[in-house]
Amino acid sequence: MKKLSFIMVAVFFMISASLASASTLEEVQKRDVLQCGVSTGLPGFSNPDEKGNWTGLDVDACRAVAAAVLHDANKVKFIPLTAKERFTALQSGEIDILSRNTTWTLTRDTSLGLNFTHTDYYDGQGFMVSKKLGVKSAKELDGAAICIQAGTTTELNLADYFKQNNMKYQAVVFDTSDQSVKGFEAGRCDVLTSDQSQLYGLRIKLAKPEDAVVLPEIISKEPLGPVVRQGDDGWFNIVKWSMFAMINAEEMGVTSKNVDEMKKSTDPNIRRLLGLEGIKGKGMNLSDDWAYQIIKQVGNYGEMFERNVGLGSPLKIKRGLNALWNKGGIQYAPPIR
Amino acid sequence: MLVHTPHPNLPPPSTSVGVIGWARKNLFSTPFNSALTLCALYIVVRFLPPVINWAFLDANWAGSTRDACTDGGACWVFVKVRLTQFMFGFYPADQYWRVILAFGLLGVLIAWLLLEKTPKKSWVAAFTILIYPIIAFILFYGGLGLPVVETNRWGGLMLTLILATIGMFFALPFGIILAMGRRSTMPIPRALSVVFIELWRGVPLITVLFMSSVMLPLFMPEDLRIDKLVRALIGISLFQSAYMAEVIRGGLQALPKGQSEAADALGLSYWQAMFLIILPQALKTVIPGIVNTFIELFKDTTLVLIIGLMDLLSIVQSAFSDPKWLGFSVEGYVFAGLVYWIFCFSMSRYSQHLEKKLHTGHKR
Repeated sequence: MKKLSFIMVAVFFMISASLASASTLEEVQKRDVLQCGVSTGLPGFSNPDEKGNWTGLDVDACRAVAAAVLHDANKVKFIPLTAKERFTALQSGEIDILSRNTTWTLTRDTSLGLNFTHTDYYDGQGFMVSKKLGVKSAKELDGAAICIQAGTTTELNLADYFKQNNMKYQAVVFDTSDQSVKGFEAGRCDVLTSDQSQLYGLRIKLAKPEDAVVLPEIISKEPLGPVVRQGDDGWFNIVKWSMFAMINAEEMGVTSKNVDEMKKSTDPNIRRLLGLEGIKGKGMNLSDDWAYQIIKQVGNYGEMFERNVGLGSPLKIKRGLNALWNKGGIQYAPPIR
Repeated sequence: MLVHTPHPNLPPPSTSVGVIGWARKNLFSTPFNSALTLCALYIVVRFLPPVINWAFLDANWAGSTRDACTDGGACWVFVKVRLTQFMFGFYPADQYWRVILAFGLLGVLIAWLLLEKTPKKSWVAAFTILIYPIIAFILFYGGLGLPVVETNRWGGLMLTLILATIGMFFALPFGIILAMGRRSTMPIPRALSVVFIELWRGVPLITVLFMSSVMLPLFMPEDLRIDKLVRALIGISLFQSAYMAEVIRGGLQALPKGQSEAADALGLSYWQAMFLIILPQALKTVIPGIVNTFIELFKDTTLVLIIGLMDLLSIVQSAFSDPKWLGFSVEGYVFAGLVYWIFCFSMSRYSQHLEKKLHTGHKR
C-alpha cells in the first residue's frame, strides 16, 4: 500500500511538473492544431462520417475552440479514445481537450487533476417503451420487464428509482446495447433503459422506430462536457467561454447564416459578442473576433444541437433540459460583458 | 479352332460406382454414419437458404444511402459506401496511392522471395530488410516532399496490415535469438532469455497494450512523447517474439543431438553450425507453429481497439455509430470477418505449400 501511494505521489508530481511548462494556449498556437480526444464512435456525439470527417456534438465543441484560438474550425486533430484511457491522455498532454461524453462528477473533478469546463449536454437515464403499451410516464411501469446492459450504473439507478417509487420490476440483462435492442424488439422486455441520448440512437436500430417512444422522465443526472487539465486557468477560460459564446449567440438569435448582417446591429449585447465593443478577446489573449469565428464556422448552440442530435439529424432528440433557460431548459450562460 | 474369348468384364454394380456408389461409401457406410449424414443434411437445408437469401438474394447492393436498403436482406450499400474508409482509415483520399504503392512494392518483393527461380534472391532479401522499411515509412508517414500524414489518420485494413507485418518482421528474428539464448550454455544470455520469455508470455496482450497506452505516458518526461502507434507496435513485437521463441525452441529441441555433434566434428564454429546445420532444419520442422503464431498475431492486432487505434475491426465498429447508418452491424462484422478469413486462410495455405516444398523425407 505504501508503495502504491508512493507511485501515486510520484505520478502526481510528474503531472504537476508538466503543467508548469508553457501554457496550453501558446502550445496550441505554436502547433497550429488543436488536439482533441473524442470517443471511438457514439452516434451524434462523435462519429466518423462516410468521408472520414469526425462529426457530432462533442466534435463541434472542439471545433469551436479551434475556431476561437486558430481561426479555423478544421485545425483539429481528433484522437479517438476508449473510456479507460481518456483521462491519462489528457493528464499526459497527448490531448488539449477531452470531449468524450464524460459525466461531470465530484470524484473526477477533484481527484484526477482535471477540470470540467461546462455542460454541453444534459443527459440522464431514461426509458423507451413500445407505443402499443400506451404508457405515458415512467410512474406507470410497475411490474414491467426491463432490458438493461450489465455492469453499468444504469442498473443501480434503475434499482434506486423503482425502490423510491415502491414499484417492482423484472430485469432482463444483456451484455451489449445491440443485444438489448434485439431483446426489446423480440418482446423479451416491455421497457429498455439507458442514457436518454443513447435511447434515441437505439430506437433507430429497431425495424419500426416509430412504434417506440422515449418517455419524458429522466432518473439520473449525467451532465456531459469538455474537460481540461487542472492548473492552466487561461486555457480553462477559453474552453468554457467558447461554449458560453455559442449559448449567448443562440439567445440573441445570432446564427452562422446571419452573423455577418448582425455585425451591423446596434444592440450592444450583440456588438460585445462579436467583438466590436467591450473587452473583446483581451482577457483570454485571443483575437477580438474570437466569438465571431466560432459562430461563423460552427454556429450557435442551437444549430450545433439540431445538426448533430436534434431535428436535423436522424436521432431527433428533443431539446428538453438542453433548451435555453428562457425556453424551458437549463442551458444558461453568463453574459459577455 | 476353338478360341477362348473371355467374357468381357462386367461393369461394377451400379451401387458401388458413380454418385450412388460414392454416397454409399462416404455418407451411408454404417447406420450411425447415415444418421449423421441425415442430421447434417437437415442442418444445411434448414439454415443455408436463409443465409443465402439474406446475403445475396434479398440483399441490396446499389445506392448510396440507407433508403436504398428496402429488400429486407443484407445492406451491402453500407459496406460499399464505407469501403475506402475500411481500407485506409482517415488517410487523405488524394494520398491513397502512397499506401497502395507501399503495399504493392511489399507484395512484389515478397513474391520475388517466395517464388522459385527468381534471380538475385539475396540482394532482394537485403533490400527488403534494410531499405524497404525506410521507403515504406516515407510513403506512409511522409517526408522527402510528400506531405506528412500523422498516425492518428492511419486506420482500417492498412493499419491492421502495418501492425501485423511489423510485428512479424520483428518477432521472427527476435524469437530466433531468444530461442538460441534459452538453449545456450552461457548463464547470462540464458537467464536473460528465460526472464524475457516468461515475463512476456505470462501477461495477456491486453495488459501489455493497456500499459503502453495508459501507464507509460505518465512516466515519460513531458517533451518525450512516443506515438501511441509506436508504443503499441513495440508491445506487440516484444509479446509475439516471446511466443515465437518458444515455437522455435521446440524445433531446436526436436533436432537429434547428432546434428550439432557432427557440425562440431567438422570444425564448424557455433554460428556456422547454427546457420548452416541447425536452424534450417529446426525452422523447417516448426513451419506450422510459426505460421500459427503469425495468424494469431494477425488476429490479435484487433486488440488495439481497446486503446483507440482504428484498425479494421474498430473502424468498422465506429462506422456503426454514424446516425445515418445505425443498425447495420451484422453487415459490418460479416465483412470484417471475411477480410480476416481471407488473409488467415491464405497464410495457412502458403504454409502447407511450404511444408510440401521443403519436405525431405524426415516425416513419418
